[in-house]
Amino acid sequence: MDNVKEEIRQYILSEFLPGEKPSNLRDDTPLRTSGILDSMATLRLVGFVEERFGIEVQAHEASVDNFDRIETIASFIQSKAAGQS
Amino acid sequence: MGDLCRYLEASALRFPERVAAVDEDGTELAYEALERRASRIAAFLVEHGVRPGDRVALVLPKCVAGLTAIFGILKAGAAYVPVDWTGPAERVQSILEDCGVRVVFLDRRRTGLHTGAEILILLSANTGSHEGAAAGSFSWEQVLEHAPLEPGAIPRRPDDLAYILYTSGSTGVPKGVMLTHRNATSYVDSCSSVFDPVETDRFSSHAPFYFDLSILDIYVPIKHGASVHLIPDDLGKNPKDLARFIAERRITVWYSTPSILALLAQFGDLGRYDYASLRLVLFAGEVFPVKQLRLLTSLWPAPAYYNLYGPTETNVCTFARIPLPVPEDRTEPYPIGWPCSHCAALVLDPGDPSAAAGVPAGVPSGPEGLLYISGPSVFAGYWGRPQETAAAFMERDGTRWYNTGDVVKRHPDDGFLYVGRRDRMVKRRGYRIELGDIESCLYQHPGIGEAAAIAISNPESGVRITAFLSAVTEEPPSIIEMKRYCHEHLPAYMSPDAFVFLPRLPRTSTAKVDYQVLSRSVSQSEAKAAP
Repeated sequence: MDNVKEEIRQYILSEFLPGEKPSNLRDDTPLRTSGILDSMATLRLVGFVEERFGIEVQAHEASVDNFDRIETIASFIQSKAAGQS
Repeated sequence: MGDLCRYLEASALRFPERVAAVDEDGTELAYEALERRASRIAAFLVEHGVRPGDRVALVLPKCVAGLTAIFGILKAGAAYVPVDWTGPAERVQSILEDCGVRVVFLDRRRTGLHTGAEILILLSANTGSHEGAAAGSFSWEQVLEHAPLEPGAIPRRPDDLAYILYTSGSTGVPKGVMLTHRNATSYVDSCSSVFDPVETDRFSSHAPFYFDLSILDIYVPIKHGASVHLIPDDLGKNPKDLARFIAERRITVWYSTPSILALLAQFGDLGRYDYASLRLVLFAGEVFPVKQLRLLTSLWPAPAYYNLYGPTETNVCTFARIPLPVPEDRTEPYPIGWPCSHCAALVLDPGDPSAAAGVPAGVPSGPEGLLYISGPSVFAGYWGRPQETAAAFMERDGTRWYNTGDVVKRHPDDGFLYVGRRDRMVKRRGYRIELGDIESCLYQHPGIGEAAAIAISNPESGVRITAFLSAVTEEPPSIIEMKRYCHEHLPAYMSPDAFVFLPRLPRTSTAKVDYQVLSRSVSQSEAKAAP
């Protein structure tokens, strides 16, 4: 779980927050509602998650409920992975 | 003809039962019903003091009710002012205040806004709950109960103001582009001759009402008795859902920015659906990266593709059909083509106006220059800004020419090729952005001492904006804090992609910010990052 969070954090930092201190991006930092991720950035993050973790994210699943915080994204990935195996 | 309402009135007589407009959830409104509702809204507005020339704002998501309100406002002789309903409060309020709106059609989720209007008409997704309405506020349902306007009750003239579209202004205040009925109808009528619309067509309406692409989306289908399928923001940004929507609605004419078409091609899984109905794909607002256009046309090989060009101030003024297939080795963007039949174009060397070369057709290929446009679709002026209006035009041979600020090159066969700009305006996702507008917002952050915005255009990924900043304190604000701040104060399309803090910004010998040094540093770091 921690590895999943860390990979998402690294991806967001390098793609959308270049120059930010990693410690400023916490597990519960709002991503969508704070403007860190706009709609285009969210699409790219979803693409990364699909490819990296081998899951398929339906359009309705890429919602603020699942994709607003690193912690909720990680739980979403875990529940999808559990459902597939 | 010069009267946008006439399109609806004529279609309501010819095709009363045909579907005029369809909401995201599939709810349809027929021509006769649309006409009757618009007449009720007009009568309500007139009874509540709206007079010809007054401004009425729309602060609403894209929906059939909003489209109906547009025609109601026009029938009352007033001008509509569409605003991004999700936009930062201060920006929305500055627009409503700037043009002094008398009435606002307002989504109930934004009732906290200070509109300055005498009358609010409140709409919500789940209608019915309109308790606690304050004085001067009415529900959509109340407005629709009003008796319709008598035909001919309000005189309408071609030069009446029809709508104001606000665009990014270089000093941080949006400026209102005023367009008359004639400005719009001259353009709509030229679309009729180029695109041959028929009543069985099903048009997409992807652009928000506050974006100039919406003029084609709204009025061309309504003029021809076709149907328009309204796409709200959320659906419009989601390529997978959008791909399904276009197939299920059997859209025949699609119009959007290249950004959205590129997203559809990359992420829409277009191979899963049948697009046999699609006959026209129109795009405008920015350069279409050739790689993405090649991918799209390989997935959708059947429709005809057109590149439309024109600033908000002129409506679309040049167009080009894209010959298919897109060659494998082509990297150069496609031209913006020749002037539409209602426009004339002129290319002037910016340094020497006497070295001008007039177009409209069949003239030899010439050097680069600034593109000027004249014709009935060219706007009336900027709201409340006579000096900026005067500065935008040039008199020549008794004709008023609008300086687009765009540099073009003429090609003998293909028409104009877009080269770029000489000022600090950029286009991103089809939206116009004055970089000075972003900077003036950044300067208002209490932790920021200096700000400079740099845009770098990449043929594949489009335009990226980097903000260079210096902080007033030793510890600068975090990047996340800057993202959050921009999210609250700027439209999403204006928010910088990256923030770079420097001890102080580089300056030229005359103490101006040295944009060239900053641009070079962005280009170099991008070259380093490239795989």
